[in-house]
Amino acid sequence: MTPSELIIAALLIPVFAAIFIPLASAAPNLREGITLTATVLLLVTVLQLLQLVLNGEQPEWTGLEIAPGLALAFKIEPLGMLFALVASSLWIVNSLYSIGYMRGNNEPRQTSFYICFAIAIASTIGIAFAKNLFTLFLFYEILTLSTYPLVTHKATEEAINGGRVYLLLLLGTSMVLLLPAIIATWVIGGTADFTPGGILAGKADGLTLGVLLAVYIFGIGKAAVMPFHFWLPAAMVAPTPVSALLHAVAVVKAGVFSVVKVVVYVFGIETLSTSGHAGWLVYVAGATVLIASIVALRQDNLKKRLAYSTVSQLSYVVLGAAILTPISVVGATLHIAAHAVSKITLFFAAGSIYTASHLTEVSQLNGIGRRMPWTMGAFAVGALSMIGLPPTAGFLGKWYMLSGAASTGQWVAVGVIMASTVLNAAYFLPVVYAAFWRPPDGEAAEHNHGEAPWPMVAALTATAVATVVLFLMPGVPLTLANMMVGR
Amino acid sequence: MSSSQLPALQVVLPLLGAVICAFLRRGTLAWGVALCVTWTMPVIALSMLWQVLATGPISYAMGGWAPPWGIEYRVDMLSGFVLFLVSGVAAVIIPFARKSIATEIDSTRQAWFYTMYLLSLCGLLGITITGDAFNVFVFLEISSLSTYVMIALGRDRRALLAAYQYLIVGTIGATFYVLGVGILYSLTGSLNMVDISSRLGELGFQPPVLAAVAFLFVGISLKLALFPLHSWLPGAYAYAPSFATAFLAASATKVAVYLLVRYFFSVFSVSQIFEGLPVSEILIVLSVAGMIGASLVAVFQEDVKRMLAYSSVAQIGYMTLGIGLANKQGLTGGIVHLFNHAITKAALFLAVGAIVYRMKTCKIDDFAGLGRRMPLTMGVFVLAGLSIIGTPGTAGFVSKWFLAVGALEEGWWWLVAIVMVSSLISVVYIGRVIEIAWFREAKPIADNAREPPASMLLPMLFLAGCVVYFGFATSMSAGYASKAAAHLLGAEQAIEVPAAAGTKQ
Repeated sequence: MTPSELIIAALLIPVFAAIFIPLASAAPNLREGITLTATVLLLVTVLQLLQLVLNGEQPEWTGLEIAPGLALAFKIEPLGMLFALVASSLWIVNSLYSIGYMRGNNEPRQTSFYICFAIAIASTIGIAFAKNLFTLFLFYEILTLSTYPLVTHKATEEAINGGRVYLLLLLGTSMVLLLPAIIATWVIGGTADFTPGGILAGKADGLTLGVLLAVYIFGIGKAAVMPFHFWLPAAMVAPTPVSALLHAVAVVKAGVFSVVKVVVYVFGIETLSTSGHAGWLVYVAGATVLIASIVALRQDNLKKRLAYSTVSQLSYVVLGAAILTPISVVGATLHIAAHAVSKITLFFAAGSIYTASHLTEVSQLNGIGRRMPWTMGAFAVGALSMIGLPPTAGFLGKWYMLSGAASTGQWVAVGVIMASTVLNAAYFLPVVYAAFWRPPDGEAAEHNHGEAPWPMVAALTATAVATVVLFLMPGVPLTLANMMVGR
Repeated sequence: MSSSQLPALQVVLPLLGAVICAFLRRGTLAWGVALCVTWTMPVIALSMLWQVLATGPISYAMGGWAPPWGIEYRVDMLSGFVLFLVSGVAAVIIPFARKSIATEIDSTRQAWFYTMYLLSLCGLLGITITGDAFNVFVFLEISSLSTYVMIALGRDRRALLAAYQYLIVGTIGATFYVLGVGILYSLTGSLNMVDISSRLGELGFQPPVLAAVAFLFVGISLKLALFPLHSWLPGAYAYAPSFATAFLAASATKVAVYLLVRYFFSVFSVSQIFEGLPVSEILIVLSVAGMIGASLVAVFQEDVKRMLAYSSVAQIGYMTLGIGLANKQGLTGGIVHLFNHAITKAALFLAVGAIVYRMKTCKIDDFAGLGRRMPLTMGVFVLAGLSIIGTPGTAGFVSKWFLAVGALEEGWWWLVAIVMVSSLISVVYIGRVIEIAWFREAKPIADNAREPPASMLLPMLFLAGCVVYFGFATSMSAGYASKAAAHLLGAEQAIEVPAAAGTKQ
């Protein structure tokens, strides 16, 4: 296939899956077979594209124009390639896990669950490959809309309310802030195509750039920079596979991916660092990192704690971009991949605990490590990666960000990263400690359950292994990140 | 049939059809006549539009009397576009009418309904095609009177009140309009729009012109339901038969907006009467008030048709905003929204009409559980609702984009903010229906709810397809609108919007 055909295939494979899944709704095994086939096909396609990108090519494809010079267009640059690679490879693992989870918990409406999931993945690929702001925005919105039915899947009062917050906050920020920012970029810069060095480079004064940056950062609600982070804890009412792949990987990463993309290709690192009006971002991102970590400390619900941890970790990426040095942007890029594999592991573990024992609170987990050694072992690996300790992937991103911040003397950023490492340890290590070293207490002691169904255990083991492997062999992500900043 | 007679046929055929329908007793038969007439309309409109693109505006002297003394029918970029829009939407939705009307109107009155529908279609096409200011008034009355009857045929008793209210307001509007035309006639001695325009230019500024402007603008604004002159619209849309609501929402206000554009840019702008007059400013303020105010009111409606009616008032604000901006991008946005909103609102009202067909009600609470019982109908509702919100990938986004670019080019970022806030409010009212339709348990009343028959379903699905299609392929909608805008603003040439760019490496 030609490069442009590969792009179209990558977009259409999940769409076709979404079309065929309802046709097989009466035969669950066939239905899940379709999902799994699509995941594998997608990964194969993405790997072929990866080969091209690593060879220095930038495959592209242009579709219809909606306004003069504004088209539905795709162009794969290294950052998008990395994002697509992460999303498509984790989709395989997550589908395996979904099957175990949805069947294990006898969830209703499984067909529409798999349909929406496939559409969400298609839009994630669309975001990753977008050539211009319009295409990015299009798939950004489709991603919000397609994940809304997943958030409200349980159809309980809590789920509906969570869905409301989710939809209003994500659609609201994107329409009231992001879209005007895109239009302003279009009017000022004369194009919406992502440009190396920045669309706005040399076209606007410092203050305009600073204001526009603020509108972008808060407009990209998916990046969950405070105060627009409420949707993420609200989205935790969704079934765990949704929280795992979408609200730890696809949706939130689409947010920080867009932030990095905007900083690098709309403003340009050079332009922003000399504008004199971008320094505030370090403080906003830093505050989000710290406050979210402190809130996470106080959460007893495991998924909520993970959600606030995600809010905090996402702002690491924003922070990495805000430091505005090429090396810190490399760190931010690596952290997108590293956080993805480790956070999905943590969510897998949370879902596995829920499926096996129906426990949801941290305080109920005493001694559970003895019953579910695989699950809690994987959890421990994920936790180490969140803290940023070797030999896990989380170490890499932090290391690059720290060296970027230190080399330019941004001690605030250095302080934030240090302090949050301590906080991360404070809210993750007690969970691991309690699971393995505290004796089971009260009611939990009488439950006699083992591990969750095997597809779930296999999935979480795989991602835990990936967390370690990424540390040992960061070759591909590192190459892509370096390619992006031109190092 | 000689193609040179097409402008006359565009108006005469529906008129003849109306007369035939009046003699028929069987509703289905009358529907058949209406169907035949309605389906020829877009063919005529399209062939004229094609001719305009090839050889420039068509001028047709009615009865052979040369303008400016005789009545001139004039098809140019803009009127051709609106003719095609009105006749095209009518042609798409007419198959829907038979079953819907059969359940909503007594069998003895169905033929009358189609008579009125064809008269209304005749009036609306007439307003658009004629180049004569007084002839506009005649067609305005034809369309208005027949519309009052259509609304009054609604089964709910409150339809009578709504029709009466519309009658009063509509008559005031028409009176204002004819007064304005009278003043213009006394000043210029002409009724032909092109002629008036050039004579006003020669005349220079005269105080009575201000009175004419005021009468015309208020009169037309009543017809197009510009906020705060919209009081007639919600009742009329809510209680008219479902098909009539869909037809009117897609055509009547759009034609009135066309008339406003026509006077604003073709008749008055040449004489530069507006220099020093805050017409644009007033229009923008009222549009903005409507976009926010009517959207907020829509949030609190209990009846879906009424909610959509208020949403229409808000969406009309987008169109008049584009006119008020009066720069190329903004006007393109206004005109393309005329098109986009027509297909979007028609789809929405058809979906609601299908629900009325099955449920005999359109209270929001009765939508509970319909998401799973009528998935296609509600799917159309969601898709068209997204277009109202202005989600990218739907037609509504395209209009919003052009409007916002137009506003930013003037440096009015606050206007962009208002447009966006208004679409955010529409998320609330559309989302409310969706939430109830999917997450609430169905009521006993919904026990028999299932998808409507194909004759109703297909027009809806087709319109929903259009909503998505025109969200991406804009050469026909926005491309044409930008040509018409450039033409109206007297610019040298429109920016070309290339068709499908196809696969590029």
